[in-house]
Amino acid sequence: MPALIELADVYKIYDMGAEKVHALNGIDLLLDRGEYVAIMGASGSGKSTLMNLLGCLDTPTSGSYRLNGVAVEELDDSQLAAIRNKEIGFVFQTFNLLPRTDALHNVELPLIYAGMPRRERRERASHALERVGLADRMHHNPNELSGGQRQRVAIARALVNAPSLLLADEPTGNLDSATSVEIMELFDQLHAGGNTVVLVTHEPDIAAHAWRRVNLRDGMVLSDVASARTAAAPPAASPTPATPATAASPEVNAG
Amino acid sequence: MVVLENLRIALAALRANGMRSLLTTLGIVIGVAAVVAVVSVVQGLQHLATNVFEGVGANFLQVEVNQDRQRGPGLIAKQLKLTAEDAQAVREQVPGIRFFTRVAAGIAKVKYADRRHQPGSVMGVDESYQDVMNHAVDRGRFLSRLDLENHRKVAVIGPKIVDKLKLGGQPLGKEIYVGNLPVIVIGVMETKGQTLGTDLDDRVFLPFGTAVELFGRAAADRVEIDLQAATTAQVDAVRAAVRRLLRRRHRLAVGRPDDFRIIVQDELLKQITGFLSGVTAVVGGVVAISLLVGGIGIMNVMLVSVTERTREIGVRKAVGARRRDILLQFLIEAVALSLAGGVVGLALGYGLGALVVAVVPAHLPAAHVPLWAIALSFGFSAAVGIFFGIYPAGKAARLDPIEALRYE
Repeated sequence: MPALIELADVYKIYDMGAEKVHALNGIDLLLDRGEYVAIMGASGSGKSTLMNLLGCLDTPTSGSYRLNGVAVEELDDSQLAAIRNKEIGFVFQTFNLLPRTDALHNVELPLIYAGMPRRERRERASHALERVGLADRMHHNPNELSGGQRQRVAIARALVNAPSLLLADEPTGNLDSATSVEIMELFDQLHAGGNTVVLVTHEPDIAAHAWRRVNLRDGMVLSDVASARTAAAPPAASPTPATPATAASPEVNAG
Repeated sequence: MVVLENLRIALAALRANGMRSLLTTLGIVIGVAAVVAVVSVVQGLQHLATNVFEGVGANFLQVEVNQDRQRGPGLIAKQLKLTAEDAQAVREQVPGIRFFTRVAAGIAKVKYADRRHQPGSVMGVDESYQDVMNHAVDRGRFLSRLDLENHRKVAVIGPKIVDKLKLGGQPLGKEIYVGNLPVIVIGVMETKGQTLGTDLDDRVFLPFGTAVELFGRAAADRVEIDLQAATTAQVDAVRAAVRRLLRRRHRLAVGRPDDFRIIVQDELLKQITGFLSGVTAVVGGVVAISLLVGGIGIMNVMLVSVTERTREIGVRKAVGARRRDILLQFLIEAVALSLAGGVVGLALGYGLGALVVAVVPAHLPAAHVPLWAIALSFGFSAAVGIFFGIYPAGKAARLDPIEALRYE
């Protein structure tokens, strides 16, 4: 079985007219099922670009990205949409829920594009909301919910299609610290339940929840460390220490 | 199923921007309302015209002087004639005629006590006029053969004359003046209403000979002949025979055009229908312009909507919406917008048509909206929605999800 994510020598270059911006400068990364990874780095390090690539919102300028063994760079727009629909669950810093649309319907959204019949959709969506502890808020619109509740709705939406990968971009960036802790505990639970979680963050506190930390600088992998917690209870799939693919990075810590 | 879901989204979006949606569709509303109002009145007229002529039946023929020929190429504009004798010859020599009447029409005032009235027309007719025109007497009796033969000074009048002269509940037997001729009212025609500006109830019928005495010999030289063929199959034969007979009597050389005109019910209908179609076409042009304006309004508001909802589009794409899903969503929204305009316009137009019929003093027939006009209104609204919605929807579909998610 191939790794869940295989990035090999990935470059992303934006043509800004006069100059070319190298957002990603030869990234190699292997990620297995069941991992809990934080991608860290200062702004401009390329972590957002990497997240967009991992989430199939964008394709690399060169290099290859295999998700579940599928070469993403060869897919067209609607195939990418299908991958996002089935394999990826996004959680955004700004929640990105549809306004004037209740929680249940927000969570249903990916299932609509998956072409699932209404009844089944309702069932799956309400089940996902129960999992994030919002069984009693299903028919509230986002503006009737607190920030933490909104992010829970967004997480339920990310989970509802049982994706291979949960991709969270600064998921606590808009939350107070108490709520941030709650949300991170939820991610911990989801990971313990067998989900693969990738967090993109610049906060060490948040990254500390992850079992592995990938640091980026100038579009390159600066370090790739497994945290001490790796040794504790491994989730369904075996946690991955430094992999051969990351050997190209300047600093490799096999923790 | 995705279509249904999109429809739900579209309606929610339209509800959320109620006032904006309403103003946007105003162009469509006005366009559709205009077409429905005019079509309903015109169709009502046509409906009536058809009914009237169906009343006289498919066997009906009318012979009259050809007025176009009067202004013909000749140096002297000849006074064309269709005489009572011509009529008599038609009656005696043309086979296949069931009912026949001469009509000598003229203008004269009617008078009873101190009341005066100018009737629509005073007509000298034969006793079978009511059979030819399928127009019966309501009270009393129609003119009889004896009235005709003896040039009796009697009249059958329309219900409007009874009203205008205030003849009251017992008009029969009263003596009225037609011009300076005193006549006894022997019958009142049943109400027939108006058709195309002619009030069929505002008429006075005299025995043919009596009318000629009133109007003078000229009236007998310029008559109209109305007749019913025995069967529909014989209409053409009767028409040909009448034509041969009249050409011979008028001594028209071969190659010269007829100086009379034979109209059959079909042609009358065609003329009226042609006129009404013309009106409809003109209105159609006006409507096309207002739909164009309405469509541009829709395109404008859809572009605004796409910009406002850039982030929503980003989210939808992130969770798996394909380009065509987004395209469909905004296209359906545009169509829903214009169809909503169509529905409001339809209701408004129907109301307007009914209002026109109610307010205009002439007795117009009830407004009548045919199914095709409804279908056309909806078809046009939908087409406008698709045509003017495709550009904004395409713009939405092509948005880059990353840019869209970042949009503030």
